[in-house]
Amino acid sequence: MQETNEKTAAMIEHLAAVNKILEKYNCDESKLIPILQEVQEEYKYLSKDVISYVATSLDIPPAKVYGVATFYAHFALEPKGKYVFKLCDGTACHVKKSHSILHALYDRLGLSDDKQTTDDLMFTVETVSCLGACGLAPVMLVNEDVYGQVKPEEAVAIIDDILAKAAAAE
Amino acid sequence: MSINKEIIVNGITVAFDNERNLLEVIRKAGIEIPTFCYHSELSIYGACRLCVVEVEGRGVMATCSTKPEPGMVIHTDTKQIRSIRKINIELLLANHDRECPSCVRSANCTLQDLARRLGVEEVRYKQLEEREEIDHSSPSLTRDPNKCVLCGDCVRVCDEVQGIGAIDFIGRGANAKVAPAFDQDLSSVECVNCGQCAAVCPTGAIIPKQDRNDVWDLLHDDSKIVVAQVAPAVRVGLGEHFGFEPGENTAGQLVNALKMMGFDYVFDTSFAADMTIFEEATEFLDRLGGSAPLPMFTSCCPAWVKFAEIYFPELLPNLSSCKSPQQMFGSVAKKVLPAKLNADKKDIVVVSIMPCTAKKYEATLDKFKHEDIPEVDKVLTTVEVGRMINSAGIKFDELDPEAFDMPLGFSTGAGVIFGATGGVMEAALRFAYEKVEGKTIKQLEFKEVRGLDAVKEATVNVGGTDLKVAVVYGLKKAKELAEKIRAGEADYHFVEVMACPGGCIAGAGQPITHDIEVRKERAKGLYTADKRMQLHKSQDNYMVQECYNECMGGEAGSHEAHHTLHTNYQNRCQIFDARVPVLKGDADKLLPIIVTICTKQENDPGQKLLALIVDYVKNNNLADKVEIEAAFTSRPSADGTIAVTVGSQTVERSKFKNAINTEEELANNAEFAKIKEAIDKELA
Repeated sequence: MQETNEKTAAMIEHLAAVNKILEKYNCDESKLIPILQEVQEEYKYLSKDVISYVATSLDIPPAKVYGVATFYAHFALEPKGKYVFKLCDGTACHVKKSHSILHALYDRLGLSDDKQTTDDLMFTVETVSCLGACGLAPVMLVNEDVYGQVKPEEAVAIIDDILAKAAAAE
Repeated sequence: MSINKEIIVNGITVAFDNERNLLEVIRKAGIEIPTFCYHSELSIYGACRLCVVEVEGRGVMATCSTKPEPGMVIHTDTKQIRSIRKINIELLLANHDRECPSCVRSANCTLQDLARRLGVEEVRYKQLEEREEIDHSSPSLTRDPNKCVLCGDCVRVCDEVQGIGAIDFIGRGANAKVAPAFDQDLSSVECVNCGQCAAVCPTGAIIPKQDRNDVWDLLHDDSKIVVAQVAPAVRVGLGEHFGFEPGENTAGQLVNALKMMGFDYVFDTSFAADMTIFEEATEFLDRLGGSAPLPMFTSCCPAWVKFAEIYFPELLPNLSSCKSPQQMFGSVAKKVLPAKLNADKKDIVVVSIMPCTAKKYEATLDKFKHEDIPEVDKVLTTVEVGRMINSAGIKFDELDPEAFDMPLGFSTGAGVIFGATGGVMEAALRFAYEKVEGKTIKQLEFKEVRGLDAVKEATVNVGGTDLKVAVVYGLKKAKELAEKIRAGEADYHFVEVMACPGGCIAGAGQPITHDIEVRKERAKGLYTADKRMQLHKSQDNYMVQECYNECMGGEAGSHEAHHTLHTNYQNRCQIFDARVPVLKGDADKLLPIIVTICTKQENDPGQKLLALIVDYVKNNNLADKVEIEAAFTSRPSADGTIAVTVGSQTVERSKFKNAINTEEELANNAEFAKIKEAIDKELA
């Protein structure tokens, strides 16, 4: 037998935060995208439960909300890591060999195109089409920090740095 | 100076008036423009790009999304237009499952038809190798995404006409597809099985589930006595499959054909419809007397019933507790036929022939099974029966009509008009009027409830009381009406709801049509049948009365009749709630218990109830046999809709409170006792 009382309490807390976002937008169906954006900011991704909850609260079909969530690449349906690496693969970065950076990150973290988040939910590696900083190609974002003219070994060093800091903090 | 509202199409002047778009004007001129995504009853989508024409001075335009303007000069068949349309079809065919001969929609498929008409003789693009899984989960509908052309007709009919939105586009670009929320199976979402998606689908991407082979097996099994029941609307729809005029009544030919195919007895669902009126009108008069809440909603349409179970659980006490005619027939047949035919109950098989896909779902419900024997064993649609007749090599149009078997094939006109919108209401009014007034009704026809308007209202004086009735079809309209009733803004006594446009005559099991004139003819066919029959009032059906005398307590509403002919409903509002596991046992088979907690109420009493249930199962050593989940909702009217599901039962707990005095404590105990009882019963 498994018992998980703390999950119930956590869910109540989570949904209270969603309720606040919904109230902020007055439960207005036409504000679906900003609502989903804020919910995602809170939880890093949109779970099935949260999508259903937003849908029923706005009185629109869950299929429609799921449709919106799967239409925009911005929305994540799986949990993302604490550190999200967004590697630019636009034309300029691509010719500047962004792929070698991508593979260096994949190798370091044991990730691939099909598995972009580590099991411990520390890192997510994904490519984006253009970050709009082609002069700095190849460009990479780690959460909000911008790195320009990145070399593969520098990218790996960022990971090692994060892990070292995390280990020191413990 | 007035401007002439005229355009020139292929050199011919065509006048226009209030047409919705250029497409309607051109079609009015007698020129057929190909479309996938255009339906006059749905919103304009503009996705398929087949309705393009050349407008002089403007270039190529989609006629569905262009307004006619005076003086437009249009060419519908230039070299460029031909080429655009042809390439579009070719591209659609490139990622289409082209197993046409084995497709149910073969010969009745818009894609196939347009490919032929537009002269697509080869597909130059390589076929996609990835195949999507076919969704067989629903008892009513089969979804094959490999045949989808992404026209969105099904998405729009479900949302705009039925007010549900069970399917939508998911993904984007080359990965876009139509699917239920979270890409789940159709059977695990809010689909009510009405099948209108299949009725508008231009290809075989959504089709009624095919049960023909199972029925052939039963017919070929000598140990079975196979009994058919034929729904009212089937008789005015089936003919179209064999080239008869729309609305022509082919009941007689159908009886003959079914006998040739090996059915032992062919009965009429209209018999059970008459019986439904005995029960439902009696229930209505009881409710008028204060026995239960008003307005009373009809419960014949299983799509509407499931819709109410999901979206209006607080109105479930307002649904007539009568089973639908299909299920009444099944339960009566399995009750009386074993003795009459001197056969074992398990050897008698009831096959329904229905205009409907939701009836397939209804027949599979556990509540309509007794000791593992279902009331109705198999359900075929009108079109499925048509195809079975084809495959048996029977020349339907040359058959002599035959009569239904007795006694369950005897009906009145009231039981036959059930198939059209307003028919159930009219039949019930004919019954109620005579019951209350105690004299023969002179004016049989209640014209106010007839016709193809989506919402009809009438006030009928019965015995000095003005009865306010409403008749509605299309579940979105039903939702609007139910919301008004819930808000106390409408004071009807009796409401009839049918899910499909115009009632069962346009059910998803009927030959596909989008022509409103065809629907009118089918309805007319039923009203003509009523006129030609000897009896017009259910209460005059002496065979039904005999049936009551024999085995159902002698009269409508008796204890025995309640046991056989009535049912209960399940609150399904929890299907969308966010779920959290609370406790899970280790046994192989676990009893699911789901408790709703409203997130809009601080300290929602649901939490306390959940803790009580957890304690109860632990203290009674039941913890290993159950799986308890908390379901979270923000529904504003949560008080009425919060529920506890225990296995297949739903226990309302609207009265459970955070008790502040002894009285409330006692009320809580009573509520909790109900739940304990349900748990014990399910685990017994």
